Amino acid sequence: MFPACRYSLQARRCISALKAVQVEHVAPQVYSTRCSSSTVPRITTHYTVYPRDKDPRWEGVEMERFVDEADVVIVGGGPAGLSAAIRLKQLANQHEKELRVCVVEKASQIGAHTLSGACLEPSALSELIPDWKERGAPLNTPVTEDKFAILTEKYRIPVPILPGLPMNNHGNYLVRLGHFVRWLGEQAEELGVELYPGYAAAEVLFHEDGSVKGIATNDVGIAKDGSPKDVFERGMELHAKVTLFGEGCHGHLAKQLYKQFNLRENCEPQTYAIGLKELWVIDEKKWRPGRAEHSVGWPLNRNTYGGSFLYHLNEGEPLVALGFVVGLDYTNPYLSPFREFQRWKHHPSIMSTLEGGNRIAYGARALNEGGFQSIPKLTFPGGMLIGCSPGFMNVPKIKGTHTAMKSGMLAAESAFSKITDGNLQSETAGVYIPEYEEAFKKSWIWKELYSVRNIRPSFHNYFGLYGGMVYTGIFYWILRGKEPWTLKHNGLDSASLKPAKDCTPIEYPKPDGKISFDLLSSVALSGTNHEHDQPPHLTLKDDSVPVAQNLTVYDGPEQRFCPAGVYEYVPVETGDGMRLQINAQNCVHCKTCDIKDPSQNINWVVPEGSGGPAYNGM
Amino acid sequence: MSGRVLVGVKRVIDYAVKIRVKPDHTGVVTDGVKHSMNPFCEIAVEEAVKLKEKKLIKEVVAVSCGPQQVQETIRTALAMGADRGIHVEVSGKDYETLGPLQVSKILAALAKKEQADLIILGKQAIDDDCNQTGQMTAALLDWPQGTFASEVTLDADKLKVVREIDGGLETIKIKMPAVVTADLRLNTPRYATLPNIMKAKKKKIANVKPADLGVDVSSRLEVLKVDEPPQRQAGVKVETVDDLVGKLKEAGRI
Repeated sequence: MFPACRYSLQARRCISALKAVQVEHVAPQVYSTRCSSSTVPRITTHYTVYPRDKDPRWEGVEMERFVDEADVVIVGGGPAGLSAAIRLKQLANQHEKELRVCVVEKASQIGAHTLSGACLEPSALSELIPDWKERGAPLNTPVTEDKFAILTEKYRIPVPILPGLPMNNHGNYLVRLGHFVRWLGEQAEELGVELYPGYAAAEVLFHEDGSVKGIATNDVGIAKDGSPKDVFERGMELHAKVTLFGEGCHGHLAKQLYKQFNLRENCEPQTYAIGLKELWVIDEKKWRPGRAEHSVGWPLNRNTYGGSFLYHLNEGEPLVALGFVVGLDYTNPYLSPFREFQRWKHHPSIMSTLEGGNRIAYGARALNEGGFQSIPKLTFPGGMLIGCSPGFMNVPKIKGTHTAMKSGMLAAESAFSKITDGNLQSETAGVYIPEYEEAFKKSWIWKELYSVRNIRPSFHNYFGLYGGMVYTGIFYWILRGKEPWTLKHNGLDSASLKPAKDCTPIEYPKPDGKISFDLLSSVALSGTNHEHDQPPHLTLKDDSVPVAQNLTVYDGPEQRFCPAGVYEYVPVETGDGMRLQINAQNCVHCKTCDIKDPSQNINWVVPEGSGGPAYNGM
Repeated sequence: MSGRVLVGVKRVIDYAVKIRVKPDHTGVVTDGVKHSMNPFCEIAVEEAVKLKEKKLIKEVVAVSCGPQQVQETIRTALAMGADRGIHVEVSGKDYETLGPLQVSKILAALAKKEQADLIILGKQAIDDDCNQTGQMTAALLDWPQGTFASEVTLDADKLKVVREIDGGLETIKIKMPAVVTADLRLNTPRYATLPNIMKAKKKKIANVKPADLGVDVSSRLEVLKVDEPPQRQAGVKVETVDDLVGKLKEAGRI
């Protein structure tokens, strides 16, 4: 540009420096326009999406894991996992055999991640621990009154609960399931089960022959950007002859196992609902301990499956457990299950109970509704699935605890006889136990789920809710589910949303702060918290999909179906457009996003152990 | 010098949990509520374990006062690297009224019994925010104290402590035996990983009663009532300064 010889050395140096600066500024702009028209901010940093062996920040970091051996490892300290552990130790003591049983649980204490209505059928408990009453099991509220109604915006139409209908609760107990699970944990410890709350199973380990070897617990000390911190430590490996997976509804390890062992090839995809729940201390005059109330109808329309429960507990103070369930096959992306729940509380019949009361707890969890048609293959070399993870909920009864417990017991019984058999010649290093599946098919769980198999799918008709109730009345109440056909579900929940342009936004009333509340104050009541400096555990396979797909086509349904306000679409700092912000610390581990995301781009993985909600008797 | 360090750990309600006042207003609900080790106590344990790893001291003893459940907290300290634990059994009404004066008497008695060279405590507990136990313990033992420590260096029988004070940082040199209380920036506590929790099961926790140490845990304080803080009233937005002055006059403030 400038004839260099005409200038002094200093001037030449200055000019060449300026040229270098100009070149530096030009290059990045050219680079970004070639790559994409808008830069997508990096959201996901988790090592399941960005492997560490290719990450230069992890070079030289010690990745060796401490290894320990047990006879049986159980993932998940809920009703299924603890029942399995208790049964295994009962059999071991009975047959005077040594058995090392380890339970890993992601919650900081047993029961802290448990959330359910709950109305417990004591059948499985009485089989497992016949003297549960003497041992102080917290079943303090026998059901004395069953009420069922169809709600309209202003009125309540009572429906009689005739004996024989699935919602008849005679003989059952209203429980705070978290306290019941805590009690089960105490029983398990007394029998010698090793319980490890605060440690999440993050990885399934495999033998060379492809069978399950055990699990590895979560690593700790990874920073938010995915790099190792000073306090980084590897999780440990727990190897076992057989591993039981009882992660509850839509477990993240189970999701991998379905693919790995093709466990779902002969069953329908699982269908789900989200359940939101609150605990209230109400005015004593309105308290009716032992009353179980259920409703359907308002505020949901007849084509959206869902309903409510309100249980009056008898535990000292005038406590009610109430909640709302919405089927996750809903079609309107503007629907917010949380706001439907808050809106429902304003119904005159519900408000009269809650007026003058105080809300003391909040939480949410997905539940499975697929029943019989969605049961996958339950056993594979080295492992078995128990509880709500494969899913044994009796949908019309809205009870899954008794079946979960029984499945844990069956798994324990079949595992015990196999692994303590001295002459066992196993083909695979991890023991394969098909006896579990055979025992399951002969058990009362199978018969029970078979008899109610058509009730949930019967809602997929033009009359929606009413068609389903008519079907239940005729085929279940009269014929006990003996009809020869099996109705199908409606496909994947994630595929059911209609594009936002084809739907009308729903006008939700503002929370009044006395009966209904806003999302953030509710999340605070769940006591949820996570170590903030860790990679978000709500991982996206592709960071650009939320804005490109979810927001554009469905108006970002994740901002509405997440009951904890994890997903927020916020304007970008400079320029136009929106970006997805993931507030991972708020997560209550409900799994709804993994289920309902229309792009199936969200993959929930387990965060550092002891993070998550701090439910007390939910 | 015995090379023994006593670390006090307190079991408190987890910081992220919403506190609820008991219906009879005598205290807060603790049954079934998530508890964890006081964050400043975690920092104290980490500092003690670091000193042991540098071979400047020989043994770390974790101490906690309370009912059966505090054993979990002691186990966490053992999993972080403490060598053994002491559980001072205090339960029921005595536990509800247990405060810094009684705890410092217990720690002083234990320090004499165990011939400790150093006591490291958290600067305060997040449930009562008293910030008194460390100071009272040092006074009862007539030992020097280095409180709000953000850096501790051990040199033979002297301690150099950098303290976080209102004006900035103050560096003092104190002779051992001494009491140090840990502040936030002293260190980043390590995680209690599962293999260490399993190993901690084999470490010993001794059970002691306050009476065995000659300490009377009865309280000189009586809690009359516990209430929630008053609800915050919504503010009012005004458009102009005149509006602001007008509203303030209305409210009788000016």
